[in-house]
Amino acid sequence: MHKEFLMGNEAIALGALAAGVNLVSGYPGTPSTEVLETIAKRNPGNVYVEWSINEKAGMEVAAGAAYAGARALVTMKQVGLNVASDPLMSLEYIGVKGGMVVLVADDPGPISSQTEQDTRTFGMFSKVPVFDPASVSEAYEMIQEAFDFSEKYGTPVFFRATTRVDHGYEALEVKDPEEYYVNKPEGFVKDPSRWVIFPRLSVKNHALIEKRNAELKTVLSGYYRNQIIKESADGCRKGIATQGVNFMYTLDSLHGRNARVLRVATPFPFPEKLALEFLEGLDEVLCVEELDPVIERALIFTCGKYGLNVKIRGKMTGDIPPSGENSMEIVGNALTGFLGEAEDTAAGSGNALPQPPALPVRPPVLCAGCPHRASFYAVKAAMRGKKTIYCGDIGCYTLGNAAPLDMCDTCLCMGAGIGIAQGVGHIEPNTKCFAFVGDSTFFASGITGTVNAFYNQADMTLVVLDNSTTAMTGHQPHPGTGRTVMGQVVEKVSIEKVLRAIGLTVVETVDPLDFALSVETVKRVAAEPGVKAIIFRSPCIAITKPKGRSHVDPNKCIGCGKCIRELGCPAIILDSDGKKAKIDTSMCTGCTLCEQICPVKAISGGTKNDTAAAGNSTNDTVASDPKGGRHE
Amino acid sequence: MSKNIILCGVGGQGTILASRLIATAAMDKGIPIKTAETIGMAQRGGSVFSHVRIGEGTNSPLIGKGEVDLIIGFEPGETVRQLPFLKKGGAVVVSSRPVMPVSAMIGQSHYDADAMVEYLKANVEHLTLVDADKAAEELGSAKVLNVVLLGAALRSGELGLGEEDLENAIREKVPEKFLELNKKALAWSRE
Repeated sequence: MHKEFLMGNEAIALGALAAGVNLVSGYPGTPSTEVLETIAKRNPGNVYVEWSINEKAGMEVAAGAAYAGARALVTMKQVGLNVASDPLMSLEYIGVKGGMVVLVADDPGPISSQTEQDTRTFGMFSKVPVFDPASVSEAYEMIQEAFDFSEKYGTPVFFRATTRVDHGYEALEVKDPEEYYVNKPEGFVKDPSRWVIFPRLSVKNHALIEKRNAELKTVLSGYYRNQIIKESADGCRKGIATQGVNFMYTLDSLHGRNARVLRVATPFPFPEKLALEFLEGLDEVLCVEELDPVIERALIFTCGKYGLNVKIRGKMTGDIPPSGENSMEIVGNALTGFLGEAEDTAAGSGNALPQPPALPVRPPVLCAGCPHRASFYAVKAAMRGKKTIYCGDIGCYTLGNAAPLDMCDTCLCMGAGIGIAQGVGHIEPNTKCFAFVGDSTFFASGITGTVNAFYNQADMTLVVLDNSTTAMTGHQPHPGTGRTVMGQVVEKVSIEKVLRAIGLTVVETVDPLDFALSVETVKRVAAEPGVKAIIFRSPCIAITKPKGRSHVDPNKCIGCGKCIRELGCPAIILDSDGKKAKIDTSMCTGCTLCEQICPVKAISGGTKNDTAAAGNSTNDTVASDPKGGRHE
Repeated sequence: MSKNIILCGVGGQGTILASRLIATAAMDKGIPIKTAETIGMAQRGGSVFSHVRIGEGTNSPLIGKGEVDLIIGFEPGETVRQLPFLKKGGAVVVSSRPVMPVSAMIGQSHYDADAMVEYLKANVEHLTLVDADKAAEELGSAKVLNVVLLGAALRSGELGLGEEDLENAIREKVPEKFLELNKKALAWSRE
């Protein structure tokens, strides 16, 4: 054992390694990404790790490994579970041989997601048991227990953490590699009656699953992480039922107030026997949880089932907010409403502050020098005056919605922009429909939509924003990058070739940082009939070194403000007189977009990335082979 | 001894490394440490914060309002945003240099940074203003603002760590070629 200061996701990864995991797959998504990255970084050498092209692929790869007796881990964020739900729903009926943990990071708030869905509810729906850790150090231990549990009961299990556990840090004791459990997979044993899903097998296994899960309610009542913390004094008639990081908020907010506490570590199957013990003698219970009222519903159910007269309060009674992330303040206020004021409180001793001046408004923005800004600006310039719809997608480029670009009219889920652009086009034939999709998102879920649009005779322009990485989640490789997370250099999958293989005849690749050429290309391509594509290729500024910095010649600048007003680049500010443009050199990457649009050529000094699409800037409509290899 | 600290600023300013240095220093001394960070979309120029809890007796990674001993502010407006967390008599170390949001540059919002500094002066007794422009000029780099602020935090007496502890953490976490610069940055607010 040795001590390390670890992020929750790092602790989960090291826990999985300690449990002898043999295979890890996943798709990046905040707040889950660092689990797989840490496995890759700390791989003792015998673990197969991959960034799959999406969560469904990852789920299937992990299931195959678990069929062969391996311990397998698949990682994703909550909305990724929707993509992976097809294999998972059936997998629960089939079961696994080796332990299989499905790590899903939920995002109360949501801080970086589209939905506030609750994987605990998904556990009930899919009948898959759920582990819900409360802290970084606990997550390290609990994931090891989850592997044992999965193997013992032959079922995949959810390991559902939330942002404050995933992205919290603690110093904790972890095992040395020599202490890791070693799992030697037996290999796949052929048995069609076990591994091939047919209706007859499904109905048989369904009955077995229901029986098992009913028994697990009792088994899990004895799991030591499901626990009751007894009241500090006799005569207590109030209880608090809680989970995850809310358990920690509750402990820190009690301030000596007398209450019995139930911590639920396995929300499904619900530890019913333990809950009955908790409810014994209580008049009222407050459920402190985030996302869905899972514990609240389970306790109401338990009270109904056993005829108990205990009032259950929580989200459904308005005592806890129905949406959003909880905080110490929210939990503290809810406890005070439920238990009365604490006599001894460290909280609330803050300054009584007067109303502050208007606080700065900071929605996230595209980075200075981001090639997406140039792509959006070129499309906007080319389509000026035309009736258009710009369907966006999931990635950094969703930030193209912000003023002044205003280039994202819709955003739904991974890959959806393509289908939405198609659908709008069928209803509004006179609207020029654009779908913007990133390179990683194209591979994850853009290809099927493109085939659908092409085959069904849509009229739309597909714009692939290819920055040669998965930027938003921290630069993971994908099939277009030519390297894997295990460090292999492999054949790239060419986006151009994929599009041409589908049947598109107009596929043009252009460097978005060449403004004039980009505008001309967009005008020409958008005028073509059917489904056509533009690939804007320029690497993410975070994976390349800037080659120069632009600066404004104050003698030439006429203070027209065009660069600031139209580009919204965070590196362009006003000088101390507030009249002329000035470049913040600590942020500028020298992308030259502002230089190209300045009406008086007052900005200079940047260097266009000379190796960018220069070699690939093909205006031909015959097969173009991307040279790629721009960041070896 | 236990200390609750908030670091706040704008995505990209280096708040995460600063909280990492505090945590490393604490861990090396065997003091329990918990932190919670903003990671994800907000890192693209949004408001970011780290909660850091040093010492025994805490469970939650997040700190409640009115419980913070020290705010290390990388930006005046962001510091005002976090001020309700400061406890009575708590300390604030803040860079007076504003980061203008794009929304204000294009006239969609208003941001008066001088008013923020005045607000902090009026409402925080134990306030240290750090002149980030002067520090960048004298140190020859704007990138070590985080370590300059840590130095000032050290001198506020509310960090709960010594200069040597932080120097060791810097030696562990910062690449060799930036070591001298970071050591100078740590010492800068001494003058």
